[in-house]
Amino acid sequence: MSVTEMFSYIQGFLSADQDVREDIRKVVQNLEQTAREILTVLQSVHQPSGFKEKGQLCSLAGKHFTASVECTGGEESFEIESEFHEHWRFVLQRLAFLAAFAVYLESENLVTREEVAQILGIEVVREKGFHLDIEDFLAGVLIMASELSRLAVNSVTAGDYSRPLRISNFINELDSGFRLLNLKNDPLRKRYDGLKYDVKKIEEVVYDLSIRGLAKESESGGN
Amino acid sequence: MNKREGEGWSRRNVEAAQEHDVHANPSSPIVAAFKVFQQELDTKHDKYERLVKISRDVTIESKRTIFLLHRQLIQLNYLNLFNVLCGFMMVVFRALGIQEYVEAVSFLHYIRHRSLISLEEINARLVFMRTENAPPLGAHVLTFQVTPADYLLGVADLTGELMRLCIGSVGNGDIDTPFQLSQFLRQIHDGFSYIGNTGPYEVSKKLHTLRQSLGKVEDACYTLRVRGSEIPKHMLADVFSSRTTHMDTEEGVV
Repeated sequence: MSVTEMFSYIQGFLSADQDVREDIRKVVQNLEQTAREILTVLQSVHQPSGFKEKGQLCSLAGKHFTASVECTGGEESFEIESEFHEHWRFVLQRLAFLAAFAVYLESENLVTREEVAQILGIEVVREKGFHLDIEDFLAGVLIMASELSRLAVNSVTAGDYSRPLRISNFINELDSGFRLLNLKNDPLRKRYDGLKYDVKKIEEVVYDLSIRGLAKESESGGN
Repeated sequence: MNKREGEGWSRRNVEAAQEHDVHANPSSPIVAAFKVFQQELDTKHDKYERLVKISRDVTIESKRTIFLLHRQLIQLNYLNLFNVLCGFMMVVFRALGIQEYVEAVSFLHYIRHRSLISLEEINARLVFMRTENAPPLGAHVLTFQVTPADYLLGVADLTGELMRLCIGSVGNGDIDTPFQLSQFLRQIHDGFSYIGNTGPYEVSKKLHTLRQSLGKVEDACYTLRVRGSEIPKHMLADVFSSRTTHMDTEEGVV
């Protein structure tokens, strides 16, 4: 094989790579659009009107994104996955956040990684196909934490005094959970460093409620 | 500010905090879940560290091999070298230092065959049979695939070695090799020009170095042609020895 032949052979691979990149970009764009739509639906939780029915709505929205993710999973084999991970890392984290948020609104529990993967229609184990990385999952959980701190503030505005207390418990547990992890100096670590501000915000809300006796009132009445 | 105190404390004593948390909420499902995450993350990080370690080893071995090749060229002791190479090839499994490996292997290949090693040939060498403590399934075949991008970057590195080889061989009074090399380098350069900007972004950086190397080799060939007839062969070696040192210092600066 001459040098020129070798190079045109390599060029073939490179342009194939380029094509895959293009394909992924398109799929990711779709996913981002869907993620934004779901987020819009979930955002109405912050409105004074109740969110029970919103919880139902978001699972409906969840159906919507299952389809989109599935098409990614089919297209990209797991061999390619590590190489192009950067392309969809962001959107996958958003989707993990949305799934975690939706599950929290419904059950007030922390979503498991398996559940998220199931909602998104992807795998947990890398070998089985398109998978949800543990770091992406945890990043999604952390995004949810800051969303919950917002929810705590807004639910007080809406007159629900018991929810902030429950959120506070939840976030505190989450915080102790994250403290168990030996994080490296990576993006996840930076995200985790932001968690304390969420904790602080919620604790301030709880403090405001307790000092005015509103927390007690809701405990006897609400729970 | 109770809260602030709490923060400072947790940052100072993460370890103690962990203990505290575990004792505080041993039954919490969230903490239980995070214990699983902890293990998983640790395993992942450990694996990553091992990879980094191996890839450093591969890089070091590759560089050593290249220098060995440069030193041993005069004795043409290839067989011995090949054994050395085979030894460390076994180390290469799932490593990031693969570009250096490509560089070393393609350099060896060039010296033996005067041609560019192909991607298939490299990959064909990276098939290992796991014989010792074989699993019950019998001989296990492990393969490692060099990606086209790594191959390309490895070949780009190879050109630097070829430049050194060229200048060195002139210094040794070998007149033919520089011309062969300059032709070969030109072919590689043309190949890279063909790839252009479509490749990984490191390529354009290496292309610059490649141009410099090519320039040096072409200059050497030029001098050889122009002054070769004027200077007797035994003196030519002297002329180029001084020139080589000049080149080397230049290389050092770049």
